[in-house]
Amino acid sequence: MADGLKYQQRELKVVGTRPLRPDGVDKVTGRARYGADINLPGQLIGKVLRSPHAHARILSIDISLALALPGVKAVVTRDDFADMPEEYAASGELTINFRDVTRNMMAREKVLYDGHPVAAVAATSEAIARHALTLIRVDYEILPHVIDVVAAMQPDAPLLNEEQYTEGVKPKPTRPSNIAKRLEFKLGDVAAGFGEAEVIVEREFNTKPVHQGYIEPQACIASTTEDGQAELWTSTQGHYVFRSQCAKVLQMDVSKIRVTPTEIGGGFGGKNNIYNEPLAIALSKKSHRPVKMVMIREEVFRATGPTSGGNVKVKLGATRDGRITAAAAELSFQAGAFPGSSVAPASMCAFTRYDLANVHVIGNDVIVNRPKVAAYRAPGAPIAAFAVESVIDEMAKKLGMDPIAFRLKNAAREGTQTYYGPKLGKIGYVETLEAARAHPHYSAPLGPNQGRGVATGFWFNVGGETSAALNVNEDGTVTVMLGTIDVAGGHRASMAMMVAEELGIAVDRVRPQVADTSVFGFNFVTAGSRATFAGGMACVVAARAAIEELRRRVAKIREVPLEAVLWTDGQAEPADRAAQSFAPMSLADIAKLAGRTGGAIAGHAEINAQGAGPGFGTHIVDVEVDRPTGAIKILRYTVVQDVGRAIHPAYVEGQLQGGAVQGIGWALNEEYVYGADGVLQNPGFLDYRMPVASDLPFIDTVIVEVPNPNHPYGVRGCGEVPIIAPMAAIANAVENAVGIRLCEQPMSPPRVLKALGAVRAGKS
Amino acid sequence: MARISLSSSLTPLTGGETGFELACANVRQLFQALGERYPALRGHLDTDVAVAIDGEIYQDALLQTILRDSEVFLFPKIAGG
Repeated sequence: MADGLKYQQRELKVVGTRPLRPDGVDKVTGRARYGADINLPGQLIGKVLRSPHAHARILSIDISLALALPGVKAVVTRDDFADMPEEYAASGELTINFRDVTRNMMAREKVLYDGHPVAAVAATSEAIARHALTLIRVDYEILPHVIDVVAAMQPDAPLLNEEQYTEGVKPKPTRPSNIAKRLEFKLGDVAAGFGEAEVIVEREFNTKPVHQGYIEPQACIASTTEDGQAELWTSTQGHYVFRSQCAKVLQMDVSKIRVTPTEIGGGFGGKNNIYNEPLAIALSKKSHRPVKMVMIREEVFRATGPTSGGNVKVKLGATRDGRITAAAAELSFQAGAFPGSSVAPASMCAFTRYDLANVHVIGNDVIVNRPKVAAYRAPGAPIAAFAVESVIDEMAKKLGMDPIAFRLKNAAREGTQTYYGPKLGKIGYVETLEAARAHPHYSAPLGPNQGRGVATGFWFNVGGETSAALNVNEDGTVTVMLGTIDVAGGHRASMAMMVAEELGIAVDRVRPQVADTSVFGFNFVTAGSRATFAGGMACVVAARAAIEELRRRVAKIREVPLEAVLWTDGQAEPADRAAQSFAPMSLADIAKLAGRTGGAIAGHAEINAQGAGPGFGTHIVDVEVDRPTGAIKILRYTVVQDVGRAIHPAYVEGQLQGGAVQGIGWALNEEYVYGADGVLQNPGFLDYRMPVASDLPFIDTVIVEVPNPNHPYGVRGCGEVPIIAPMAAIANAVENAVGIRLCEQPMSPPRVLKALGAVRAGKS
Repeated sequence: MARISLSSSLTPLTGGETGFELACANVRQLFQALGERYPALRGHLDTDVAVAIDGEIYQDALLQTILRDSEVFLFPKIAGG
């Protein structure tokens, strides 16, 4: 990385302030156009026929009756898509295999989960399209299914893929298995570490899959032409990734697909992958009409990626004075119908908050008859943290130590050797623990049946391919084109602020726009807490390139050497008035002359951002347990997080609050419920209970700023970390309140009642 | 020569080997040498592996310089939601 992009402490005028977001007015007035708001003349409505079975072989598909229905213009099935060989690519969240992508978007040999697409129809109305779906005849041979991850790992479990042998095991297994991959991370000598331990805690935890729960269902519209071009409007976290995946599965040139991202009503990792997009393009090709496809909520639950459910076993050993001597864990995650769960990052996150000499972590990636999982904010880390931070809390209690003091004694710091690879650079974990301990929340009194819990989270954060282009307009205002999606977290505002800071102009003189795929080369998805980090870096590079051109232009206009021109506070000034004096020129002055002095002025950047800084957070929660009903009420919640540097503190606070709320929902109520037939029982918000405002107190936030040395403004990223700790923090608070250790998620009233009853039964 | 270490999660692809010394000027050369040395690892280098060079993490950075005395660590690539 160029030294100029390293963090330098300096006085800032824009970064760190709280201006209104440029996309705010459109959103609160209803002008903003989301996926379902895009319409084209002559459009058809596309609908998908989905499997009613968890696992079945497709014997035949007859679409003749559907095609004969007046108003039906096209039908697609597996026969309309090429079979893809094994080919891996980064999809934004995790590595994908195009063999699986093409089978997930449209079932081929078998349906592998309730909701798996089997056919799609385009018709002149939604009613006709729905009627047509009922006319498609599919003959299935129903097969035994498996939903639970532990059951799927048994040797006699029904196999989803008879050709799958567990990777990562030597020698290669002789029998196929639902365990797609086994990962192992080791550091030091775990047996010796447990030998040194004076206290050992060992527990097993189970979690259910939960959905990202974005309010906007997947929606897209595709329009193709007879010469093989396609335009696609879609709600996505990564329009370049969608273009690339559509091109691959439809065997089209990338250049022939143009994707325009709409506003996005939430994604959280769930909109990194294509679902209806290739179907819409294929239907449009067949029908020669634009095809619009909008999922209903039931489809979102049944067929788009939730996060994994998991089984996690943890063992921790420590000396009586509070030093952890060994840590071990085995994580088994549901990947859904195809391999690729978040078990790898979860395994790498499990103990990374601690400076440990002896660690052994095993991760199992397991396929089951559920929809293929997608990323969800810090993929996998909350599941690992639920287990590990619960055990940390129990260990602190056994040792008679304050839970924050125990964590501080074992905390990861700069230079800590991780068990998954590198040594940690400059991090702010200790600072978050100390800020939490000093917060008034931590020492506030509690009432009967009330308890306080603490837990911590870690996420790597990432960089990646990112572009930005900055155009100086003729009046001196600036338009910034961004290659990264604004996932509604204030991305455009943050980018505009960094550009304004660089140029030395007011932020309302900068107008940021998310570009379509025809503007830049490939950009990675907005995921992994990367957009402010990497997008900001690209904006800084682009702004500095524009400043160089501005200086060159002034040097020519004023007829002075380039080095005599200094850019400061939004204008070109003499670098040394005594040596070379000239009248300063503002950005507007230069812009006015740009056309007559060589043309418009711009700066652009195409980078692969490196140097992401890890993020750490500490959460404090107070709960009250209602013993008669088992309901857990969140009384008070505080998030403390090191974000490196908050470009726009209000939007950072929003991320911390939003992450905590999603984590609270995950902890208390959310779960996929399947019947014995393998069919999802609760594909709607009435039966899939997400928290609403009335369930929650105000979520307090404390922003800790330990700058990332590898970013010009010290940015680390902030979106992932806040969802990691809530489950464990709440479990720890419940234990503190009523003395029961909950190891099953969600910690719903029936489970709490059962645990309370077990305690009572034990006592009696 | 640079000191190369492999995360234990990659050792099934390297016959159990976890570290060695190698003369390589950048990540591309490192990956080429690794692919020749461990054919089972070759298919994973492009999509699954991140590199830490002297404590800094790099992903998809084939031209990143590796110095003669660099400490290099290979581990699974990281993404997010």
